[in-house]
This record gives sequence, structure tokens and C-alpha cells, in this order.
Amino acid sequence: MKPMARFNRFFSRLPLHIAVILMCVLWIIPTLGLFVTSFRSRQAVSSMGWWETFLPQPQAVGKPEYTQYCTACHGPTGKSLPAADLSSQSMVNQYPSAASLLLMLRKPVNGAPHLLNKALPTTPTAALNALTPIVTYLQTLSGQGQNTNRLSLSNYVDAIVGYKGTQDYLSDCKNNVASTKAVFNCNISDVANPAGMGDALINTLIVAIPTTLLVIVIAALAAYAFAWLDFKGRQWLFALLIGLQIVPLQMSLVPIAQLYVKLNMQSTFLGIWLFHTGFGLPYAIYLIRNFVGSLPREMFESAYLDGANHWAAFRRLALPLSMPAIASLGIFQFIWVWNDFLVAKIFLSSHPVLTVQITNLIDPRGQNWHILTGAAFLSFLIPMIVFFAFQRSFVHGLLAGSVKG
Amino acid sequence: MVPRIMKQGRLAPWIYLLPALLLMTIFIVYPTIGTLRLSLLDAHSTASAATTCTLGQPCWGVFENYRYALTNPDMLLALRNNALWLLLMVPGTIAGGLFFALLADRVRYESAAKAIIFLPTAISFIGAGIIWRFVYDIESGGGPQIGLLNAIIVGLGGQAVTWLSDPAINNFSLMLVGVWLWAGFCMTILSAAIKGVNAEILEASRVDGANEWQVFWEILFPSIQTTIVVVTTTMAIIILKIFDVVFVMTDGNFGTEVIANRMFTLIVTNAGQSTAIAVILIILTIPIMIFNINRFRKEEAAR
Repeated sequence: MKPMARFNRFFSRLPLHIAVILMCVLWIIPTLGLFVTSFRSRQAVSSMGWWETFLPQPQAVGKPEYTQYCTACHGPTGKSLPAADLSSQSMVNQYPSAASLLLMLRKPVNGAPHLLNKALPTTPTAALNALTPIVTYLQTLSGQGQNTNRLSLSNYVDAIVGYKGTQDYLSDCKNNVASTKAVFNCNISDVANPAGMGDALINTLIVAIPTTLLVIVIAALAAYAFAWLDFKGRQWLFALLIGLQIVPLQMSLVPIAQLYVKLNMQSTFLGIWLFHTGFGLPYAIYLIRNFVGSLPREMFESAYLDGANHWAAFRRLALPLSMPAIASLGIFQFIWVWNDFLVAKIFLSSHPVLTVQITNLIDPRGQNWHILTGAAFLSFLIPMIVFFAFQRSFVHGLLAGSVKG
Repeated sequence: MVPRIMKQGRLAPWIYLLPALLLMTIFIVYPTIGTLRLSLLDAHSTASAATTCTLGQPCWGVFENYRYALTNPDMLLALRNNALWLLLMVPGTIAGGLFFALLADRVRYESAAKAIIFLPTAISFIGAGIIWRFVYDIESGGGPQIGLLNAIIVGLGGQAVTWLSDPAINNFSLMLVGVWLWAGFCMTILSAAIKGVNAEILEASRVDGANEWQVFWEILFPSIQTTIVVVTTTMAIIILKIFDVVFVMTDGNFGTEVIANRMFTLIVTNAGQSTAIAVILIILTIPIMIFNINRFRKEEAAR
């Protein structure tokens, strides 16, 4: 009877489990897609969906098409014409897509049409459809085909050093490609390339850590005053503070940028620390004040009766006891500054942070999505570690700010 | 409120407040006042906005920039889109968050499930933009679809859809990203409120024969009503200022313009119009702000 009851209970709860898991799957899929993509080769990123990584790849895709159009001249292994060796990687790399192959095929060879008497379908779409399997087969011939599904860290390496070349950084360095050698040293020093994510990571840390500390210290002082000190206009000032939380950040960009030019502070770390701190304060004070204000009043009263002054009460009571709120504020503020794009773009253009560097890596022709995948995940790394390590505090911070707690 | 014994030193409070007040004045109050002034001046802040009027055209004098902000077709579109965002996103994120909080409350892997829904909150908008590129991507050249949604549609025999550039649907595509980003935030707060409801009362009403639907509407919902109001106002402010999602995904093109993006676009080219839009945005948020301050006053009175 008992196992039967358990089974019935499980069965009646099945729709619930399905609903919860379905929602989780829907939520995680976009991120999972990018995560998988970030390990795929440049070619694979732009030619196949990321989910195909998990599907078996038929080895001989495109062989019939290859035989139909190419075997007569290039031979079954692609090596028959030494001047156009289809088994060489550098040759095949010039035609990563059906469109680029089509352009090449339309150019005459030695005055004769490239395909001689074999005509491709006339409509562009049909021609591209015929050529797509050939591109795949050429990649197989050149030894890359089996590799389209191979996962590697090369996108991450390219993102860290900020490499925007035709291949990936490691192989171009190995092959001594001249254009690569002109810009890169091809050793560990490239990690510090100002156009790469490595350098941006350091800049982001330099922005986020001092800002977080500044906000905590200044907000804790002000929150203590709002909660436990009496002064004229206290309520009024705090109401104003709540009001300041809604001021859109974009509004301050122009006036502050003009101010910074006058003070010669444009694109300095000091400038961005102060700006982030100024905008972080209303919420930070509100959050800590709610927490400090809910500490027992008797505790402060007896401390004063024992002769404590404000500074002692702040340092020995208010500060240590509001550590939970301060911790969550710190995490919240850190992640907020870490993910900021707009402020860093305008006030720190000469030292790009991660989010700004990602947009710097974007190729206007959309040719380098593979680097962006690696770059995006590099930028997620620290917030995700912080988020999972301090999940409770982070959530607590949200709650304390929104629901009085 | 403050124990009498603590009222020592008239200057002390101001010493504690000084750094905070100084920074907030410089970075928030001063620019806000500056914005009011600039909104009455021309594109380069050199002459009165009235000088930008053209003869024979409607003119609002010194408030000419506000005529732009309230009547220009781009701005009307932005205002319409913001209204659409408010009407769909606020209920969408709250209903989605509440629904998931209620479901997750009943399973043993609750914390893992909630972490997944909450995770997007820790991701930058730039990163989210790249993530969703691989969902909405369209290959028009005839090659295989590498965007997930279009791959599914084409796989089922349909026609690939331009999710981000088709004005009939692109606003909804952007809002979906918004829900993905913000539902976890709503869920977290609502979930905490649900946990605060007395479990015995819920159990008692179930024993009395109430079904889950009645338990929710007659007991749970009234108990978490205050929290729902808080989340609603918070979301309403966030959505009114919505900028990043639009900026990253479409930059306001193809009919997806919103107020904050319009304001950002004009920052460089027309300071007068940009600041007038900022003032409009602030005015729109003032009712919500007053509501919040009143709520705070009530809570303080109860302290």
C-alpha cells in the first residue's frame, strides 16, 4: 500500500515538476547556447546552430555534390591540381561559406569558366544550397571537417588578447602570419594588450572595487545619521533621498562630462569612482538605513548611558551589527558597477572596462561572433562566481531594499 | 523617534552626512537642476529654445524643446512603446515571477530552480544582447539557421522570422528579453513574501476543503498584496527608464524607440531636446515616487 501511495503522490505532482523544470530549461537555454558556442570554432559558430554540437555529424556530407562538380579536375582527394590543392587548409579557409565559394567559382580560371561545362543552378538560393555541402566536404578534405565539432578554448584566448585576425591567435602565431606578428608579440605579454579582455578585466577591477568600498563607507555613515541622530529636516531629507533614486542616470552624463572637462578629470579612474558612488548612494543609504533603523533602540540608549559618543556607537554597534546589509549592498553594488556600460563608455573611454571592450571587439561586418562569445563569458565569470558564492546575501540585499526588512 | 539621550552635538549629524550629501548634490541634484535649465535652451545650449522656432510653424516659445518631446513622431512612438512596455512588462514579470515562486515553493529543488531564474539578473546588458543574438539570429542567404527560434520554425516547415526588425513583432521580442532579465527579480521578492505567510492558516483552509485556486485568491493573495504593490512600483520605475535592452539589441531602430534611448541618442546632437525628454521622464516617474514616499512615511509611523 505504501509504495502505491508514494507512486500516486508522485504521479499527481508530475505536472508540477514538469512545469518547474520546463521553465528552468526555457530560462537557461539562451545562456547555455552562448556557453556552448563559446567553445566552438569560428567556422562552426557562423555555419551551424550550437545545438548541432550534440548531434552526430555525418562524415561524407557533400561527397556526391563534390563528385558531381569538382572530382573531374581536382580529383577524389582534392590533390590533383597542385596549384589549387583542396586538401590544404589555407586554401579552404578562404572559402568558409557557400557565398564566398560561389564568388570564386564565378571567376574564370585560365580564361575558361571555372566549372567548365558543368553549370550551377541559376537562382542564387539554389546555387548556394548546392554549394553548402561542398564547403562542408572541402573542410573534411582539408582535415577541418572532423573538427567543426571540436570544442576548444581558442575563442577565449582570442578574446583575452583581443585578436581580430582571419584565423585564431594561436594558429596565426604558430604560422608566423605577418599581419599578426606586426601587432602581437605571440607570448604571454599579449595578455596585457590594451585592446583585449585581459587588460579590460584589470580596468574593471580597478573601477569596481574602490567604488564598492566608497559606497559602503559613505552610505553607512549617512545611514547611521538618518537612523539614530536627530537633526532638523531629517524626514524631509530622507524623502528627498527616496526621490533621488528615480533620477535616470543618463541625465547626469552631459553636465558631469562638462564638469570633468573643466576639472581636467575626463577619462580618469577618480572621475568614474565618484560618479558611480554618487549614483549608488541613494539606494545604498536607503538600504542600510532600513537595517540600522530596525536594530533595537534600547541597545543604543544603554550605550549612551554608559558614556559612548556617536563615533563609538557607530563603530562598535551600528557597523558590526549591520554587516548582513552591508555585505549584500557590497555584492549588489559590485555587480552593478561590473555590468555597467554607459558610465564607463563615457567617463573612462581610454581604459575600457569589460563591457566596453566587448563592443570594441565587434566587427562592423559581423565577422567575429566567435570572439564575442568568449568575451561575453569572460565578463560573466566574476559576477557569476560572486553570485553563486554569496547568493543568499545578494537576494537579501534585493529584499532589504524593496521590502522593509 | 530618536532616544533623547542621543541628541548630543548639533554638528555631529552633518559630519556623518557630509560626504554623502556632497556627492549626491554634485552628481544628481546639480545635473537635475542643470537639466531643467538646458531644456529651455537650444541644441548647443547657447541661446533660448525660442530661437529654434521656424516662422509659420507651431512654436511653444521657450518651451520649444517640450513641443519636440511631446509631439515629434519619433517621440510619440517612444511614448507609445514605453506605455506598451509598462502595460505588458510589469504584469508579465510579476505574474511570471509569482507563478514560478508558487510552483517552486512546492518542490524540493526549490533553491536550484530559483537560482536559474534569478541568474540573468547578474548578467550585463551587453552580455544579454549577445546571448539573445543567438536566439533571434536570422540567416537570409539560404544557409542553415543558426538562431535557435528560426531553426525551430524552419525545422517545422515555416518561414524564418526577422525578430528584431519586423515592426509588428520586434517590440515583443525585446520585451521577452526584458521578462527573461527581470522575472527573477520579482520572483525573489514575491517568494520571500509567500514564505512569510502563516503556513498553518493555509493548511487549515485546505483541510476545510478549499481548493488551491481558492486558497490562493482568498488567503495567499491578500497576505502578499503589499509586497505586490512594492514590486509593481519598483518595476514601473525600472520600465519607465528602460534603456539598455533596446540600446543593445536594436538601438531604437525599426520602430522600437523608447524614451530613455531617444534621450541618449540626442545627448550629443541636441542637448536642449535631450534634456527636455529627461524632464518628461522625471515627471512621469513623480507619481510613483510620491506613492513610495507616502508608503515610507506610513512604515516609519509604525516603527
